[in-house]
Amino acid sequence: MEKWRAANRLLKYSSKLRCDRRLNLCYVNSIHSSALGLTRGFGETCKQFQPLIFRDCSKTLQEPVDRSLFRDACRIQYRCFGFLAKEVKRSPLFSTLSADDISYFKRILGEKNVIMDEDRLVTANTDWMGKYKGSSKLLLQPSSTKEVSQILKYCNSRRLAVVPQGGNTGLVGGSVPVFDEVIVNVGLMNNIIAFDKVSGILVCEAGCILENLVSFLDNQGFIMPLDLGAKGSCQIGGNVSTNAGGLRLVRYGSLHGSVLGLEAVLANGEVLDMLGTLRKDNTGYDLKHLFIGSEGSLGIVTKVSILTPPKLSSVNVAFLACRDYSSCQKLLQEAKRRLGEILSAFEFLDEESLNLVLNHLEGVRNPLPPSMHKFYVLIETTGSDESNDKEKLEAFLLHSMEIGLISDGVLAQDINQASSFWHIREGVPEALMKAGAVYKYDLSLPVQKMYDLVEELRIALGHSAKVIGYGHLGDGNLHLNVSAPQYDDMILAKIEPYVYEWTSKHHGSISAEHGLGLMKANKIFYSKSAETVQVMASIKKLLDPNGILNPYKVLPHCVSSDG
Amino acid sequence: MKIMVPIKRVIDYAVKIRVKPDKTGVETSNVKMSMNPFCEIALEEALRIKESGLATEVVAVSMGPTQCVDTLRTGLAMGAERGIYVEAKGDLFPLSVAKILKKLIEIEKPGLLILGKQAIDDDCNQTGQMVAGLLGWPQGTFASKVLLDKEKQVATVEREVDGGLETLCLDLPAVITTDLRLNQPRYATLPNIMKAKSKVIKKFTLLDLNVEIKPDLEIVEVREPPKRKAGVIVSSVDELIDKLRNEAHVI
Repeated sequence: MEKWRAANRLLKYSSKLRCDRRLNLCYVNSIHSSALGLTRGFGETCKQFQPLIFRDCSKTLQEPVDRSLFRDACRIQYRCFGFLAKEVKRSPLFSTLSADDISYFKRILGEKNVIMDEDRLVTANTDWMGKYKGSSKLLLQPSSTKEVSQILKYCNSRRLAVVPQGGNTGLVGGSVPVFDEVIVNVGLMNNIIAFDKVSGILVCEAGCILENLVSFLDNQGFIMPLDLGAKGSCQIGGNVSTNAGGLRLVRYGSLHGSVLGLEAVLANGEVLDMLGTLRKDNTGYDLKHLFIGSEGSLGIVTKVSILTPPKLSSVNVAFLACRDYSSCQKLLQEAKRRLGEILSAFEFLDEESLNLVLNHLEGVRNPLPPSMHKFYVLIETTGSDESNDKEKLEAFLLHSMEIGLISDGVLAQDINQASSFWHIREGVPEALMKAGAVYKYDLSLPVQKMYDLVEELRIALGHSAKVIGYGHLGDGNLHLNVSAPQYDDMILAKIEPYVYEWTSKHHGSISAEHGLGLMKANKIFYSKSAETVQVMASIKKLLDPNGILNPYKVLPHCVSSDG
Repeated sequence: MKIMVPIKRVIDYAVKIRVKPDKTGVETSNVKMSMNPFCEIALEEALRIKESGLATEVVAVSMGPTQCVDTLRTGLAMGAERGIYVEAKGDLFPLSVAKILKKLIEIEKPGLLILGKQAIDDDCNQTGQMVAGLLGWPQGTFASKVLLDKEKQVATVEREVDGGLETLCLDLPAVITTDLRLNQPRYATLPNIMKAKSKVIKKFTLLDLNVEIKPDLEIVEVREPPKRKAGVIVSSVDELIDKLRNEAHVI
């Protein structure tokens, strides 16, 4: 009965949800976001969660105003645990900008770094997919940590909400304002502070564009430990704040490993100097990790020290075809064993992904004509000995072909060919954008089960939309994308919460590398226990008591709106 | 008919070139080397001619240090039947290359020699013309289209000239050099890489061929192009006009 009621409520709601959130029509004043769905195991989590919230609230709330908020929070909590969706409302705790605020900012930053120009604000208010749109009236461009500190101290005392922004290339609506938050863009803080050629440790400001760091390091004979499609505009501060993954993770690990230190400014303007350049430092809690991947909700990262690996001269890339998904898996196992230390990327895409790229991107040709194969795998090796590495890779590929793991393949003979293979894999998101509407999901799943989801969703959606799967097989990271001629609530209702529930059931993560942002803030329970989220909320409360930093994001609204 | 295709090992097209500190040349140690892109196009054209039944065999040739054998393997993996490697130390300039090729042609007797129009490292654009001269063969340079007539033993070559196309008819045997738009070279597939491992690469020394290499050119100095100066933002039209007139001297 309970189940039926929940389903009924969902149906009622979905008919109400006329305005398409992906077309961002309703983002100006209010946000609709579908709430958590309930799976069986999930209901239990929620039950556990409720008393914890109560306890926390009763401890921290004293004033009557807060009491009503507390009730609100609980109501919202109740609602979001049902099959209902809720509206995100601008928090009444935040002030609105006044002329005095503007003149204060002008005084500390100078006229030209206080931007109120419509055109520039439109860009800063909108994410690159055009999916999320805020209505901020103010963009600040500090050029030093001191200025960031002054801004935050002031905003905190005035209770002005702030959204930290880097290159604004995020995919989950984390880098744009939801309402009228003040945008703090650290793009002017783009100096390289130091580089140690012996240890390979780079210290730089947060606004350095990833590609500029790559070319700076190239001249020194080093590379960045991360590489991603958005490198031409994304900034290192944003990369660190979102714990960006990308193409080299299988080799160099996540930023939790390669970031050695950072400097961050807390909501009250306090500067935390944790800019160490040590590989080993076991003195107390390693707080820098709190700022890696917290999406600017705990502080603004202003400087980073990062360990960079030396640039190795021999890079080989192979583009391979596999008959079925189990061959891709076995190939990964074999590659780890036989290519070991030189394996630097193991990416996969399915037939549908390649078709999209061939149809929508100019100048791309099928590397394995004439027929199409079910799966394609891109393997990259990076090493120090050209002939040795190539021999090793060739031997591995030929062996894999003999035992039937690979049905066909090509090996790049020069850098140009290698880039054209990479272009196919990296071009999938662009091709999807050109193909029409796209629903993007970035999931971590056990490698064995990863593709089952794609197949099951394909059956569920039938002919109404194209389901494609690609991603970083080496890291167990699936990019599940649904491409449709236009955004359609009926399609969305078939995908969500199905995809999240499926992921949760298989102990996966609903956000492997994109983060939660606004899109998935309320979905956190699919991957994290109530207790864990509760600790997160307490940390948020401790570091940002007024909740001014990147509000409405990362943490579910039922726990964050009480602060 | 047999087609011979000389291929050159050069610094990869995508590598950023660095001049050696002593200015004697460019840095080649620990730098990715690949087949010259124009040579790839030449080889692709030869393979297409063979696949259309107009030729029976494609022989790839390379000369220089021993690593040239790797480049030859790439050629074999693309589909050439055999390789010939001529060991030579030191700089090889176009005239020397042409003389070596002439000797090889006398041994192999191909009906067609297809080369890249130039190598991307020295940009000489001379070898094809010189071999044709030494052999007394007709030549069609900068080919953007090649058609063979087996019966008449003629090759029709379309070449890109200033402002249009020129069509030439060459009696075989002939020399053809390839331009960028002729075709798009294929990738080396795994089955072909496997086959290439058992293909034969015959090695010659200069002594075997009885060719004497005289360095007829000397590289005096290699320099990087001057760095572009940073631009300036002018504050008024008057200042712009002033700069155009007095600094750039263009108005």
